[in-house]
Amino acid sequence: MSEKTITFTIDGVEVKGAPGQTILDAADAAGIYIPRLCHFKGLNPHGSCRVCTVIVNGRPQAACTQPIAEGTTVENDTEDIKKHRSNIVDMMFVEGNHFCMFCEKSGNCELQALAYRLGICAPKYPFQFPDCTLDASHPDIFIDRNRCILCGRCVQASKDLDGKCVFEFVGRGAEKKIAVNAEAKLSDTNVDVTDRAVNICPVGAILKKREGFKIPIGERMYDAQPIGSDIESDTKSIK
Amino acid sequence: MSVEFKQTIKEICEACGNDRSLMMDVVIATQKRFGCVSNEAMDLIAENMNAHRVEVEGVVSFYSFLSPDPKGQVVIRLCNDVVDQMQGVQAVAEAFKKELGIDFGQTTPDGKITLEWTPCIGMCDQAPAALINDMVFTYLSTDKVREITDELKKHGDPEQIPIRYGDGNNAHDLVKSMVNNGLRKKGAVIFGQHEAEKGVKNALSMSAVEVIREVKNARLRGRGGAGFPTGMKWEFTRAADGDKKYILCNADEGEPGTFKDRVILTERADLLFEGMTIGGYAVGSDEGILYLRAEYAYLRAFLENVLKERRDRGLLGKNACGKDGFDFDIRIQMGAGAYICGEETALISSCEGLRGDPKNRPPFPAQKGYKECPTSVNNVETFCAVARILDKGAAWFSEVGSQGSPSTKLLSVSGDCTNPGVYEFPFGMRVDDLLKKVGAQDVQAVLIGGPSGQLIGSADFERTICYDDLATGGSVIVFNSKRNILEIVGQYMDFFVEESCGYCTPCRVGNVLLRNGIEKIIHGQGEKADLDYLQELGETVKLASRCGLGQTSPNPVLTSLKNFRAVYEAVLIEPTDGQQPSFDIKAALSVSEDLTGRKSEIYKD
Repeated sequence: MSEKTITFTIDGVEVKGAPGQTILDAADAAGIYIPRLCHFKGLNPHGSCRVCTVIVNGRPQAACTQPIAEGTTVENDTEDIKKHRSNIVDMMFVEGNHFCMFCEKSGNCELQALAYRLGICAPKYPFQFPDCTLDASHPDIFIDRNRCILCGRCVQASKDLDGKCVFEFVGRGAEKKIAVNAEAKLSDTNVDVTDRAVNICPVGAILKKREGFKIPIGERMYDAQPIGSDIESDTKSIK
Repeated sequence: MSVEFKQTIKEICEACGNDRSLMMDVVIATQKRFGCVSNEAMDLIAENMNAHRVEVEGVVSFYSFLSPDPKGQVVIRLCNDVVDQMQGVQAVAEAFKKELGIDFGQTTPDGKITLEWTPCIGMCDQAPAALINDMVFTYLSTDKVREITDELKKHGDPEQIPIRYGDGNNAHDLVKSMVNNGLRKKGAVIFGQHEAEKGVKNALSMSAVEVIREVKNARLRGRGGAGFPTGMKWEFTRAADGDKKYILCNADEGEPGTFKDRVILTERADLLFEGMTIGGYAVGSDEGILYLRAEYAYLRAFLENVLKERRDRGLLGKNACGKDGFDFDIRIQMGAGAYICGEETALISSCEGLRGDPKNRPPFPAQKGYKECPTSVNNVETFCAVARILDKGAAWFSEVGSQGSPSTKLLSVSGDCTNPGVYEFPFGMRVDDLLKKVGAQDVQAVLIGGPSGQLIGSADFERTICYDDLATGGSVIVFNSKRNILEIVGQYMDFFVEESCGYCTPCRVGNVLLRNGIEKIIHGQGEKADLDYLQELGETVKLASRCGLGQTSPNPVLTSLKNFRAVYEAVLIEPTDGQQPSFDIKAALSVSEDLTGRKSEIYKD
């Protein structure tokens, strides 16, 4: 609509975007990958995972919520930011119980893929081994809270895309978790296997039953190419 | 589910007009009436308020004064703040446990009394202190605990426990509290003599733009700690698109060691509301909200009465203060136990009846705040300062103080000093001068700005308290040479772990890791690499967290690492046998030893 273009730089590369666009969206359009986890196109930016943190004119900001501004300098792929990013991803691994080797999501998991892209082979922080619950009450869907990273995609998708309110956060701080709109069980809610909320989880916390390993390991989304490859226009080497 | 129960919940919801945005009032009233917000209650509230059950659960589970499980008719919340620990709260805690026969987190078998810990309740100058339902009990001792529990066992009513009322309005009929103001030094601005309502009268004779200009000329910066220029905040709010605008007062004073707003609310409530009225006029708002922390619920009836009297006198309501077309009123929103709600966007969420999560910025509250309308959130002390600026003028206001930080600041001083309490001093005071005035000797460390601020040692005592050097929302805590810095840091990290909202990863997880890292060192299992580990971890939390809580919560660790490194180094050990010092092979084997029923052959005692 607007004729106006905003010009700024990401790691010295000039990027153009439209007013109101976020740094992340403008970067995507320009073929520059800013790592992210909670963000999902079509949902309001949640701004919770903090993986997309960039430095804008010297100040840290979440690229998914920060609008672009004329003449600003954005740092994205620097050693310092990569260090903090991998620390954050590391935190997600140790706050849950993520056993990639048994997880149906392995190979399609954004958390796992991002860890590989950031060069994390094993977490450096001590595992917290929390006690988490599993809800397999529903005939078609199950929730495994061991793997939840509290990205909020299911909460928002259920509200904004499905017009329901199947999921919501309860508790606070380290006790925060995903709950369902019933006293106890997912099967007591109006969730449906075709809900967007059920098909949007970046990790293996919400999965569909009877689909385990339909796609063999080795042929999954991130088996061939690292996460973010679709965004990057050129074939610059990925470490 | 009884018919009466259904009816009572229905009435509670109706009393709030079944308005979803008043969810806080509904769940607080339900908690008060039934001692919990049970599963049945959540279902009914959702039904009445046209909300989803899990949304109600989300709210109830967020605030520590709300609970899905039944609590006693009397809830004793003993403050476990660092200063209370220093003043012997552990002995008081043991006495409560012994007299009641229960542990913390438990309720007596007859269902009458619940015993809990709670973080800073704003009584550090009269610690150890506790809340018993809404009432505050200060200067607790084991003897006093016995008296209190004997009384409670007799009649179960905290209000019948004989107490000696505190000074000033603490003895007011609507307060009747044993809290003392502890006002040690009155300055010219907040606690100086002043002509009532002169500020607001002057303001209303000016245009809103002129009022804002006067506040800008006074160079007033927010007194809550962040120090954002108040005039600029109001200008943005005034300029933002929207017919409806709001002025919010942050009385969620939760930073450990801060209790100056408590004294303003008790002794200068009219000045505060005068300032809010000026704010309403300046930004073009007809509604103000005072967000009052649950710990200060004992002041609510008193404050409601002050508001009522102001309405009766025509200072609030239609054509407020006699200004044609200026309709302005103020309501009180109670909190329910969440430090994060002192963060302005979390405070807005809570006022909207939601979980106290901070919001994404932009948009800033000045553009889209409460109910998506332009909103200015200001501190209690800031509003009082505004009223004084409009009373005596910007030049008078900035006569004292330093260049970047004009005028006075209320400091709430506690810890190891002979005269803890509230002091109104000009900005720019040196720390060592302050220490002399409060009677602090043998000082090892001073925490300026609470745990979100900086822990400094004697090398920094020549520095000054102001926005450009050592900033504080008011909290100053003194530690003498006998205090254990590492334990203090650990306790403050416990506080942040408890109070993080959990929205963003670095704050939710990082604070737990920081706390565990400090504990490891306290337990004598730390090695040199652990200091680098804590440093980098703290920097990540600070850099990447979404709001001010996480951006400052690593400060106890980071500032003590900087200023008290020797304290850490003194307890570090060198790994000798190639094992990590934190790894205890015998403890690790104990589970399998228990399972197999035999001891390890290699790792014997």
